[in-house]
Amino acid sequence: MEKKDLKKVYHNSFIGLIILPILIAVLPVVIPSSYILTVFIMVGIYALVCNGMTMLIGYAGQISLGHAAFYGIGAYSSAIISTTYGLSPWIGMIVGMIIAGIIAIIVGIPTFKLKGHYLALATLGFGIIVFTLFKEFRELTGGSNGFFGIPSINLFGFEFNSDLRYFYLVWVFVFIGIIFSRNIIHSRIGRALRSIEGSEIASDAVGVNIMKYKLQVFVLSAMFASLAGSLLAHYVSFINPDLFGAMTSIYFLIMVIIGGSKSIWGSVIGAAAYVLLGELLKHFMPILLPNKGGEFEIVFFGILLVVTLIYMPNGLSPQLEKIFSKFQKKKVTIETPLQINKKQIASGGENQ
Amino acid sequence: MSEAKIILKVENLTKQFGGVVAVSDVSFNVNKGEIFAVIGPNGAGKTTLFNMITGVLPASSGNVFFEDKNLTRKKPYQIAQAGITRTFQNLEVFSNMSVIENVMTGAHLTMKTNLLMAGLRLPMVTKEEVTIMETAMACLERVGIAGLAHELAITLPYGNQRLLEIARAAASNPKVILLDEPMAGLNPEESRQLVDVILKMREEGMTFIFVEHDMETVMSISDRIVVLDNGVKIGEGTPEEIYQNPKVVAAYLGDEEEEYVNA
Repeated sequence: MEKKDLKKVYHNSFIGLIILPILIAVLPVVIPSSYILTVFIMVGIYALVCNGMTMLIGYAGQISLGHAAFYGIGAYSSAIISTTYGLSPWIGMIVGMIIAGIIAIIVGIPTFKLKGHYLALATLGFGIIVFTLFKEFRELTGGSNGFFGIPSINLFGFEFNSDLRYFYLVWVFVFIGIIFSRNIIHSRIGRALRSIEGSEIASDAVGVNIMKYKLQVFVLSAMFASLAGSLLAHYVSFINPDLFGAMTSIYFLIMVIIGGSKSIWGSVIGAAAYVLLGELLKHFMPILLPNKGGEFEIVFFGILLVVTLIYMPNGLSPQLEKIFSKFQKKKVTIETPLQINKKQIASGGENQ
Repeated sequence: MSEAKIILKVENLTKQFGGVVAVSDVSFNVNKGEIFAVIGPNGAGKTTLFNMITGVLPASSGNVFFEDKNLTRKKPYQIAQAGITRTFQNLEVFSNMSVIENVMTGAHLTMKTNLLMAGLRLPMVTKEEVTIMETAMACLERVGIAGLAHELAITLPYGNQRLLEIARAAASNPKVILLDEPMAGLNPEESRQLVDVILKMREEGMTFIFVEHDMETVMSISDRIVVLDNGVKIGEGTPEEIYQNPKVVAAYLGDEEEEYVNA
């Protein structure tokens, strides 16, 4: 057996890895609009956060209600290091990821010792603490007034100062993030994580250190969120604590659930669904209800969350995969487990 | 067994659930390369004993030594690391995975890839994955279900899921495999297949400890047997010795028989 036989084990398709770069490369050419680029930069930044959270929710089976805090830690680390200290934004990015990782370890170790969804509670509390710190450490963060004048990123003298350039930068990160996560899923670590969902007791019995892997994925997801935060800071050049409140954490969760946490593509789909629907809402809500202002977004997404959980508990990604696999089935006929089972029943349960 | 070498030593193992003593002061030794059976009527404490050895339940008192290492209050994954794996009475296959993935997960401990290496997909990760896939295939061939490697585990018939659990338990190359009622729910043909697998693996040096109700299998394949009744050890020895042990006969056939035997 050799390398190509592994594909059968992973039963994966590369189609997404081909389609996504093409879509990304083509989009600015087809729709040369600065507005669309801005929208898709935000999709990319959210997709990066959701990527880590998909691993956490879909594979480690843990829910976080505090990822906006890690997102904020990344943004403020980048802002402070590049603006206050005048160092390279790349250093800010890395420092942010390290800080987020260390904090995830500190929050994770005690909570993973408990069974159940204690991580959700711990991260909710932690998110509120971090939000307050952003507000109160005025000398460092600028407090509620926000942090101004964050410089753009440059790489060997190449400035990422236009929407188009930043669009590509963000999506390169998203793409790398997806490949990184996919690689983890298709490895010993991914199997260990999935086995926990299959049977925790058996997973333990084959020697999987469950707590260790849950913690590692939590740390990884915190670092992804921090990286996304850094990218946000250098893009918008102005950040304030409200961007990183509890509501943002809940929106991240909604994106992951709408997109589907069982597939890494769910992160991109969920982020795109959230941003695009949000934009549509902004355009059409004033037309539908002319005299009403206010927070329609949360009402709308709240309802959407409930509907998704009832009718598509695994989110949008399995539906899209179905459509894709219809195209692929024309080429390869896959014997589904059900057919095998019928054959076995027909042969009296005997297996050759 | 000419040169019997003790691999697992159970010393005064006791488990209390509140006031109920499920396992009381049980001691026995298992030799290397042996097929060792734990039998007893329903509720005798066999599965509790297994759960204590594998760390699923903490022992109230007593010790378990494995190759002179004390495993008593270790976690299940640490016991697996030491070289003891198990199967389950109520099948616990990873239902969300294919058959081969189940066995590859079983080989978890033989692999070294960490999160960073996996994420970057270093060349050695792919190499390791290929090796493990081959190991898993070999394990499946040994139990005779290699043809089903890419099916979803949960769709397999009951008997094949049992074989899969054994393949998974063997994948990490353990020193001892504990089988919790391996014959339960199997038809005679499947039982025979399973016995063949066990005997073949024993020839290759594996040690088995198993709990079983099917007396015919127990008597035909085990080297030594320990008998539990109400959590107490009432007999230990070769199948012949157990047949002739009046306490064991009484436990299985009731008190009237005991009087009969005593008379």
